[in-house]
Amino acid sequence: MSVQTTEYVASEIRSPASFLASRVFIYGALAFWAFICLFPIYWTITTSFKTAVDVTQGHLIPFVDFQPDWKGWRSLGLSPDSIFQTSTVREEFLKRFMNSVITSVGASSLAIVIGSLAAYGLTRYRYHFAWFKNEDISFFFLSQLILPPVVLALPFLVLYREVGLLDTRVGLILLYTLMVLPIVIWIMRDQFNSIPVELEEAALVDGLSIWGAFFRIVMPIALPGMVAAFILAMVLCWNEYFFAALLTSTDAKTIPVMVASQTGSQGINWWSMAALATAAIAPLAVIGIALERYLIMGMTAGAVK
Amino acid sequence: MSVATLGLLSMIALEILYKGSADTIGFETWRPVVYAYVLWGVALGIGQVLTRGEDGQRALFLLPALLFTIAMVIFPTLFGFYIALTDWNLSSFSGRRFNGLDNFWQMLGDPYYRNALFNMVLYVLAVAVEYVIAFGLALLLNAQIRARKFFRVVFLMPLMLSPVAVSWMIGKSLMEYRFGPAATLARHLGWENPAFFSDPITARIAIMVLDAWTFIPFMMIMLLAGLQAMSREVLEAARVDGANAWQTFWQVTFPLMLPVSVTAVILRIIFKLKLADIIITVTSGGPGGATDSVSSFIYREYRDRSNVGYGTMLAMAYLVIIVVFVTWLLKFANRFVRNVN
Repeated sequence: MSVQTTEYVASEIRSPASFLASRVFIYGALAFWAFICLFPIYWTITTSFKTAVDVTQGHLIPFVDFQPDWKGWRSLGLSPDSIFQTSTVREEFLKRFMNSVITSVGASSLAIVIGSLAAYGLTRYRYHFAWFKNEDISFFFLSQLILPPVVLALPFLVLYREVGLLDTRVGLILLYTLMVLPIVIWIMRDQFNSIPVELEEAALVDGLSIWGAFFRIVMPIALPGMVAAFILAMVLCWNEYFFAALLTSTDAKTIPVMVASQTGSQGINWWSMAALATAAIAPLAVIGIALERYLIMGMTAGAVK
Repeated sequence: MSVATLGLLSMIALEILYKGSADTIGFETWRPVVYAYVLWGVALGIGQVLTRGEDGQRALFLLPALLFTIAMVIFPTLFGFYIALTDWNLSSFSGRRFNGLDNFWQMLGDPYYRNALFNMVLYVLAVAVEYVIAFGLALLLNAQIRARKFFRVVFLMPLMLSPVAVSWMIGKSLMEYRFGPAATLARHLGWENPAFFSDPITARIAIMVLDAWTFIPFMMIMLLAGLQAMSREVLEAARVDGANAWQTFWQVTFPLMLPVSVTAVILRIIFKLKLADIIITVTSGGPGGATDSVSSFIYREYRDRSNVGYGTMLAMAYLVIIVVFVTWLLKFANRFVRNVN
């Protein structure tokens, strides 16, 4: 790396003026886009600490323009002075939050398990189901990605009512699994392809069964890919709105549905909406910062050969 | 071997139970059928291993995903095609009634559906602009800069956030007509009356901007990976040959990036075709259906009018259009990449 850096400097040092200009341009553009990405988040977080007057006057900077107040968080029952008191809003919020956690973790786990197995089978063995070969089966799985949610939504609404899965977390988990399964298979296929077959052949010679080789030899190597697929699936499930809005009403409602139902009503409480939005995006923002490496790994799987 | 027969027998028994319970209305819900299907799948798996040995063990890798997807996709889709041919309004008492192609003819004459389809064309075309911005950002991140990791995390952030929260944060709050910062900025720039969502054209553009804000990072990351995988030697060779930065980009970088670009754009278009949540939460299709995507239109057809039959017909027609379009797109992209290289 260091060799390359010096080369770059050597070639660019020829004209200091243009070098400086390009530096200014690059950092200017970077700062500009960073502002575009961060300002809405900043605005939402600060708004959750504003009173009505501060919102309508468009005050921006805390302590300079306005005096921060726990108003938004108090309305959710999550501010320091209200956290030990009973609050129906907080219970409602925590229930939605838990629904979101359970459905997204459940769906991602299920998708990882069956998706990894399928991806492994498809990369290692040749299958013939009637006239279907490996390529057809892969295409069958990946083509689910094209299917728009709206096509499945109404049939599922009717079917779930018949089966008694409407407004249950299990129903949502099954649908979300279906939604992220193609992506998981796509990532894991790429991951398994990068593991040399010789490893398993050696394991088989040593007397391990096919499944033993998979669990003892291949799984540990493929673990980073599984983490990447899991996180990407989590993000998609957590943010899903369409199915949740149609198929849940009281029991299994998730966070995005709660956020959306608040925006619809007239006369929005800006501070409490901002607090709610902040709480809805916070978990993923933390994941995004902490596990960014895996996210990028998941998104770029199979893109570059 | 006796165990194998037992497995097969239980398999068959369960299948009979499965068929039988589907015909009788003895149960309160159809949930036992679901359990029977799961059990049948397990039995099938065990049967495979016992009867076919090693081959069966191999099949076991694929079986869960296959059974799951078939149950969750094939059956509902076929059922959907049936619903599409019925007149079924959940709020009316007459229940489901088969009415053949009536929904289809109604769809052909529906100006709102045609408008939604036209909007989808516009929304898909907006991907071109997103691509240019994403490519620019990827180039920036690939340049020799400090704090690259910081900028990468920041640029990735919008993708993490739930579109519903984003549509409140930006659509309803930042673009708020009276005091939202975006509206204030627009006033300073000389736009007298910055009502983003009252005029059809600006409303569409606002929706595109919102959607672009969330999804540009997705393309950016793929393009960045492509840039980082490019060999330094090629770029150095171009530099030695005396090409300036502009020529290097158009004659070396861009052609080499073409396969990655095509993948990124196609994936982005597939995601774009599902666009719904932002529109539902920000404009609910307004003003006057001007911003409707097909998905959001069907969503309101169900939510406001409980019109399951007609809504499903619209969805099925959309599915056919999408499948034809994406198939064509993949073929076209393949040929395009091959011709250029």
